[in-house]
Amino acid sequence: MSWTKKDLLGLEYLSKEELELILATAESFKEISSREIKKVPALRGKTVVNLFYEPSTRTRVSFEVAAKRLSADVINIATETSSVKKGETLIDTGTNIQALKADVIVIRHNYSGAANMLARHLDISVVNAGDGWHEHPTQALLDIFTLKEKVGKIEGLNVSIVGDIAHSRVARSDIWGLTKLGAKVTVCAPKILIPEGIEHMGVRVTHNIDEAMRNADAINVLRMQFERDEKAVFPQQLEYFKTYGITLERLEKAKKDIVVMHPGPINRGIEMSSEVADGKNSVILEQVTNGIAVRMAVLFLVAQVADSKKNEFTH
Amino acid sequence: MNLLIKGGRVIDPANNLDGAFDLLIDNGKIAKIAKGIRNGVDQIIDATGKIVSPGIVDMHVHLRQPGREDKETVATGTAAAARGGVTSVLTMPNTTPAIDDVEVVEDLLGIIKKDAVVNVFICAAITHGREGKELTDFAKLKKAGAVAISDDGVSVEDDSLMQAALKLAKKTGINVVCHSEDKSLSAAGVVNAGFTATRLGLRGVSKESEYKRVSRDIELAHKVGITVHIAHVSCKETVEIIREAKNKGIKVTCETAPHYFSLSDEAVLAYDTNMKINPPLRSKDDIEAIKQGLKDGTIDAIASDHAPHTENEKEIEFDRAEFGVVGLETELAVSITELIETGVCGWPKLVEKLSLNPAKILGINKGTLSVGADADIVVISPEEEWIVRKNELVSKSKNSPFIGRTLKGRVDCTVCKGKVVYKG
Repeated sequence: MSWTKKDLLGLEYLSKEELELILATAESFKEISSREIKKVPALRGKTVVNLFYEPSTRTRVSFEVAAKRLSADVINIATETSSVKKGETLIDTGTNIQALKADVIVIRHNYSGAANMLARHLDISVVNAGDGWHEHPTQALLDIFTLKEKVGKIEGLNVSIVGDIAHSRVARSDIWGLTKLGAKVTVCAPKILIPEGIEHMGVRVTHNIDEAMRNADAINVLRMQFERDEKAVFPQQLEYFKTYGITLERLEKAKKDIVVMHPGPINRGIEMSSEVADGKNSVILEQVTNGIAVRMAVLFLVAQVADSKKNEFTH
Repeated sequence: MNLLIKGGRVIDPANNLDGAFDLLIDNGKIAKIAKGIRNGVDQIIDATGKIVSPGIVDMHVHLRQPGREDKETVATGTAAAARGGVTSVLTMPNTTPAIDDVEVVEDLLGIIKKDAVVNVFICAAITHGREGKELTDFAKLKKAGAVAISDDGVSVEDDSLMQAALKLAKKTGINVVCHSEDKSLSAAGVVNAGFTATRLGLRGVSKESEYKRVSRDIELAHKVGITVHIAHVSCKETVEIIREAKNKGIKVTCETAPHYFSLSDEAVLAYDTNMKINPPLRSKDDIEAIKQGLKDGTIDAIASDHAPHTENEKEIEFDRAEFGVVGLETELAVSITELIETGVCGWPKLVEKLSLNPAKILGINKGTLSVGADADIVVISPEEEWIVRKNELVSKSKNSPFIGRTLKGRVDCTVCKGKVVYKG
């Protein structure tokens, strides 16, 4: 199969085959990062704009590295330095970037749906680097890539996602991606952090961490975003660690080879203990490395399409 | 000057009339309804194969004047009404300034006299600035020309103030339209709470925020002994609460809007801000409940909640976009498509909901083709299909959720006080 979408907005919008194509492409790109000269000319002469409305270091840097390893030119726009502060609308910002003849916009935005809206108004490619609570597709792709690399497959695996599901774009993207590829997904959190109707996404819900870990082949531990707790409804941090934190004791009761993932940055001692984060089951740093290959694959695929069909909406 | 509308199916529920008649208009009034009227007339409209109905009385419209002429004006809004077969509108007071004192009413009446092509009735505010703190002077507002009061857009949060308002409204003899929403529950929500909100990563508006406040408003009105009107009913629970109240003999009326029986929250899945409405589009179950409520008489009226917004206010991030959609030009066709075509109700019933009942609720002398009544009439081609196109909308704002949709039933001609104000 070949890739036909000009944008990557979320994993909800992709088929199983499209997911597999991104993963296969990422696999072929991964080796580039271990070369002495970590660069190929695949996107030479292309311009990738990182348009970030929310502070982010790791995702932005990962996209920048990915684009540069494909020889693209990279421009970073952060809200603090842009005319957004002067009241320019997102669409105006996007059309201006398009007028500069950029090829791909990588957008991070605090509002859900911002990437979808931008993509609808532009002919150039839009890659969603996280929008509100909606989706963070490249994060989920690197989670899946890492898991597949570790275990050899996704189909049939039991994967538990633990933490603030309600406000997590990573959780949503993971759920769409993993379920499409045949994994059985469980989400685990206190009731207040489980969003209404999540079971319609094909997941099992539990409020008990030991149950979530019992048969899990992998566990993805989300960052608890206490800073977003406007109404102070989340459990207290220590209480959260006691009830949901991943500790060595809990790990010992799980499958021996359970893969422990975390999208970072980790709150050590809140979502998981340091021993677990740095332990033998953890693939947290491999996730960071794989993020580059996955983002190279995404940038490469969407840029080809925007090239060939500039005026078509493909999502 | 007289006008003959010939050969149509004339439907006038007020007089239990439904049949092939000619209708003669003289001097702005209905002069005669009979078969084969044949006399020297100035103008003849051939209505063969068409439906001749009293013009729509839309009791929930935001004409945006004074203050937000960038969104809509009396001139553009009433032109949109005429295109939609609407001959009377009730314009809401969430303007800038709010319609909360006599001077604003008088100024607005001046604009209406100058610019309106259909009848415009005024709904004044319950509280000054719609701030929910201090009651306006209902008697003076009524005397100046307001036919109803509402803080539409917000609910009067304070129970005792609402009770005081209802008491005063009863004494004054003015209609109360309730925007029933508990803001402490709907909070920062932008889309129906549930799976769709979860899927989109957007904050939900629970149905509770609507029906709990509806319960309060009905309860307070019952206690005070006044009939209130509940605006924009969107969900099953509200329909059930109103049905139960009516069964108990409590006097209450309500309206729904065409988008609540035609679009579910799934319409929001592409983050189209033209689907962002308050109350939000609900589930498919709710659509069925609304249809059932229309069928069994729980829901008295259909009103558009025509809420124009500029592109600048809509073509932005979903969370930041304004709530509301335009509806004057599509409400009749959406009703025909979703209610007549699906067998939810027949023509006389639909005319009741769109015209007679809202006129009755407001106590205005409209919604009928009685001899001597104002000749407010819409001629409809019931079978004609048309596509809603953005560039054809007459309203100053284009935020319609039906753009691109094929609808059945087209307005052929709209007559207001005997004058043809729209010809399709």
